[in-house]
Amino acid sequence: MKEANSKNTEKKYSEEEKKKELILFLSSSEEKEGFLSKANRKLLSDPLNDNNPITVQVLGICSALAITVQLKPAIVMSLAVMFVMALSNVIISILRNSIPSRIRIIVQLVVVAAMVILVDQILKAYAYDVSKQLSIFIGLIITNCIIMGRLEAFALGNGVYKSFLDGIGNAAGYGLILIIVAFFRELFGSGKLFGIPVIPEAFYEAGYVDNGFFLLSPMALIVVGIVIWIQRSRNRQLIEEN
Amino acid sequence: MDLINLFTKSIFIENMVFAYFLGMCSYLAVSKTVKTAVGLGAAVIFVLFITVPVNYLIDNYLLQPGALTWLGSEFATVDLSFLSFIMFIAVIASMVQLVEMTVEKFAPALYSSLGIFLPLIAVNCAILGGSLFMQQKDFIGIHEAAVYGLGSGIGFFLAILAISAIREKIAYSNVPAPLKGLGITFIITGLMAIGFMSFMGIDL
Repeated sequence: MKEANSKNTEKKYSEEEKKKELILFLSSSEEKEGFLSKANRKLLSDPLNDNNPITVQVLGICSALAITVQLKPAIVMSLAVMFVMALSNVIISILRNSIPSRIRIIVQLVVVAAMVILVDQILKAYAYDVSKQLSIFIGLIITNCIIMGRLEAFALGNGVYKSFLDGIGNAAGYGLILIIVAFFRELFGSGKLFGIPVIPEAFYEAGYVDNGFFLLSPMALIVVGIVIWIQRSRNRQLIEEN
Repeated sequence: MDLINLFTKSIFIENMVFAYFLGMCSYLAVSKTVKTAVGLGAAVIFVLFITVPVNYLIDNYLLQPGALTWLGSEFATVDLSFLSFIMFIAVIASMVQLVEMTVEKFAPALYSSLGIFLPLIAVNCAILGGSLFMQQKDFIGIHEAAVYGLGSGIGFFLAILAISAIREKIAYSNVPAPLKGLGITFIITGLMAIGFMSFMGIDL
C-alpha cells in the first residue's frame, strides 16, 4: 500500500515536471500560440476573401486562366499549386537564415522547380489524361507569381509552421477563383459539370443552346473581371483609386 | 516562307497574352503608363529571342531521349527530359543576369531604361512558356526556335503596348467604382483577346 502511494506521488511529480518542461519548450520556441490560434486562422482565411491572391494581390493569373474550361483540370491544378506552395514555403522558411539575399531568387526558383518536377512526375504516373490536358501549365507553376510572391513576402521572414499555413491559405484562395471560373465556364459552355450533363434535356428541346463562347479563352478574363466586380461591390474597401 | 508563317503565327494567332494568358502578372502590373510598358516589352523581346534558341540547344543536345549520343553510343538510351523544367529556369535566370550585365556595360542608356525590368523577367511566365512551347513544337532547327522566340516577344510587346495606351485613356472615363483598376483591365483584355481571335486561320 505504502509502496503504491509513493509510486503515485512519484508519477504525479514526474508529470508535473513534464508539464513544466513542455511549457519551457513552448515558450522558448518562436510561437506561444496554439496550433490554430486566431492569428494562424487568419493566415488561412484571409487569402480566401479580403486578400485573395488573384483578385486583390493580382498574382498568379498567368497559368490560372487557360485551364478553367472544365472543373476537373482546374481542381487538379489547384491541388498541384497547393502542394508546391506549401512545401516550397516550408523549405524556404527553413533555409531563410542561410540564403544570401543576392542569389535568393535563383535559390527560390530551384526549390520551386524541384517541387514542380515532383508534381509533374506524379501526375504523369497516376493521372496521365489530366497531365496531357494541363500540358505546359504544370511547368508554368514554377513562374507562378503567387508562389514567388509569397516566398519573398512571407516565407523569407516567418517561421516554418506559419509559412506552411500561409502557403495552404493562398493556394486555397487561388483554387477558389479557379473553381468558380471553371464552374461557370463548364456549366454555360458545355452544359456539364465534371463531364456529366446537368442541364435537363427539356431545356435543349425548348430551344436552349450551349454558349460555345464560354469555351474560348477570352471569356475566362471576362468571368474573372465580373468576379472582381462582385467582390469589390460587396467589400468597398478594396476599390482602387484609379 | 515557313519562317514567315511561323513568325506571324506566333505574333498574332498564338499571342502569348491573348491566347495563352502567359505573362499576365507583369502585363497587369506594369501597364499603367506607356513608357514603362515599352521598357518591359523590349526587355521581353530581347530575353525571349536569346533564351528560346539556347533552350532549344539544351533540349536537343542534353535532355531529350537519345540526345546524348554525341558523347558515345553507350549514352544513346539516356533520357533526361524530366530535368527540363529545372534546366530551362536555370538558363533563363542566368541569361537574364548575363543580359543585365552586358547591357549595363555596353549600353548604359538602354540599361537605365530597362534596368528595373530585367530581374522581373526571370519570373515572367511568358519566358518560360516560350521555352516549354518550343519543346512541345518539335522545331527542326535553331533558326525556327529563334524566329518563334522573336515572334512571341513581339506579340507580348504589342499586347502590353495596347493595354497601357488604353489604360492611360481610361483614367478619364467614368468606370463603375468597383470595376476601377483591375476589373476593367480584365474585361478590356478579354475584349482585345476576342479581337485577336479574328486572326485565326490566317495562313501565309
